[in-house]
Amino acid sequence: MNLAVNFAGVELKNPVMNASGTFGSGQEYAELTDLNRLGAVVTKGVAATPWEGNPTPRVTEVYGGMLNAIGLQNPGVDVFIERDLAFLAGYDTRVIVNVCGHTVEEYCEVVEKLNGTSADMYEINVSCPNVKAGALAFGQDAKVLEQTTKAIKAVAAKPVIMKLSPNVTSIREMALAAEAGGADAISLINTLIGMKIDIERRRFVLANKTGGFSGPAVKPVAVRMVYEASHAVKIPVIGMGGIATAEDAVEFLLAGAKAVAVGTMNFVEPRTMEKVVEGIEAYMERQGMKDISEIRMD
Amino acid sequence: MSKRKEKVRIADQEQLSPGIFSLWLETPMAEEVKPGQFVGVYPKDASRLLLRPISICDVNENRTRMRLVYRAGGAGTKELSTYRSGEELEILGPLGNGYDIEAIRGKKTLLLGGGIGIPPMLYLARELDQAGVAATVILGYADSKTFLREEFDRLYPTYIATMDGSLGTKGTVIDALNENMVFADLACACGPMPMLKAVKEFAKDAGMKAYISLEERMACGVGACLGCVTKTTAVDEHTHVNNTRVCTEGPVFEASEVEL
Repeated sequence: MNLAVNFAGVELKNPVMNASGTFGSGQEYAELTDLNRLGAVVTKGVAATPWEGNPTPRVTEVYGGMLNAIGLQNPGVDVFIERDLAFLAGYDTRVIVNVCGHTVEEYCEVVEKLNGTSADMYEINVSCPNVKAGALAFGQDAKVLEQTTKAIKAVAAKPVIMKLSPNVTSIREMALAAEAGGADAISLINTLIGMKIDIERRRFVLANKTGGFSGPAVKPVAVRMVYEASHAVKIPVIGMGGIATAEDAVEFLLAGAKAVAVGTMNFVEPRTMEKVVEGIEAYMERQGMKDISEIRMD
Repeated sequence: MSKRKEKVRIADQEQLSPGIFSLWLETPMAEEVKPGQFVGVYPKDASRLLLRPISICDVNENRTRMRLVYRAGGAGTKELSTYRSGEELEILGPLGNGYDIEAIRGKKTLLLGGGIGIPPMLYLARELDQAGVAATVILGYADSKTFLREEFDRLYPTYIATMDGSLGTKGTVIDALNENMVFADLACACGPMPMLKAVKEFAKDAGMKAYISLEERMACGVGACLGCVTKTTAVDEHTHVNNTRVCTEGPVFEASEVEL
């Protein structure tokens, strides 16, 4: 049975990876799950310089999911290369580095520093809902997204995945803009913008007021958007949003994704991705499939 | 001492005072957990995803059981309070750094616990007692509905403060500390933020070292999500900014290292 996929020119042993920001740099979960079983590890967003992130509380639970407003806290690309990339080099898995920035120049600076490293691909975060300057601003306007993609592609020595925001009117239009800018792939969905109010204290629960909504509750929205985006473009898609089981992952593959990512559920069960890989094999077995590419709707 | 997710059996659960529950779990984790560490307990209701961080209150004598004493405040901990002996729970642990007993050994120590910050001080008191440390305990409650008090009494001289004055000193643990003129080289404290701020100030004025145990909303419990950070006076070695992860570098910090 073959689970390997060629994703934008990069061989993945299986199409299962984590969603950026839910798995640290892999190191935090290395004693709880086997990183060698994963198609790729997607690292937490990294910028040109260290970012402090938002005030706390940064996270809260909601029905069937959670809200987060971390604010892309990260130690900066230099520390990341020296510490986190070096750690991941010890594992038999692909490394996709999530890149964030306040300006196009900052994205490019990070990508240029990563060009000579063991990173296999870049995922460009143009969709974080929790950072005021930049981030989401690059992912909510199709023209800006196309230009940003072009600028990054011009300096990137590895395949570029543009991570799309669901907080847009037409996901189809955004997917096409990324493709027009030369993106090698797209990934979606990033979190939906949400809010929770503490009715006893009559205050916002998160210091940032709003936060990104993720977890099993968002899955139907994510499946719909992955379907719309993947049928609009020719480049491959990483589907994510509320995946908790292999059955959820298969749903995304049927919707048109070529690879899938597990996010919030890593916090609930660190072995979710391993179980998803095992469960996809079981699904293929009972469907009489030999190759993962057979998981599609006619 | 590696972190792991385990299915554990409930040995016993009882209510100690209104809303405060004592839960004994059968787990090999009891062999290795340190005072000040915590575990994540997962609700079974699938609409509630995230672990509930609960500090370790005690372990039994042959270290086969671990005790958690918690407040059933929100929906998740209320759900937890309905489970009975024989039922199973999923936990993630051991989490956090815990207290460094060697750093306390030989020092006259104050143990300060406020409200639901009291439980972790019991396990610490037991380990300090075994290490031959001389200590005094001050516990702060809202009112006379106390819990765990007798167990501290058996280990160390224990003073009580209640906010309504119905028992011991009227006011906070700091009021009880001043009233009873307790002198010490070092303080260990866990409790609500205003109390920890007061302990930090008190320790600074007294030129005393204080170890405080912090609480923050968290999602992963293992340092991946960066949800539970607290501000630090110096640039943190891991984050490279002025904040640090409560779940991983903490929850126990030297008071002067964190900004409250």
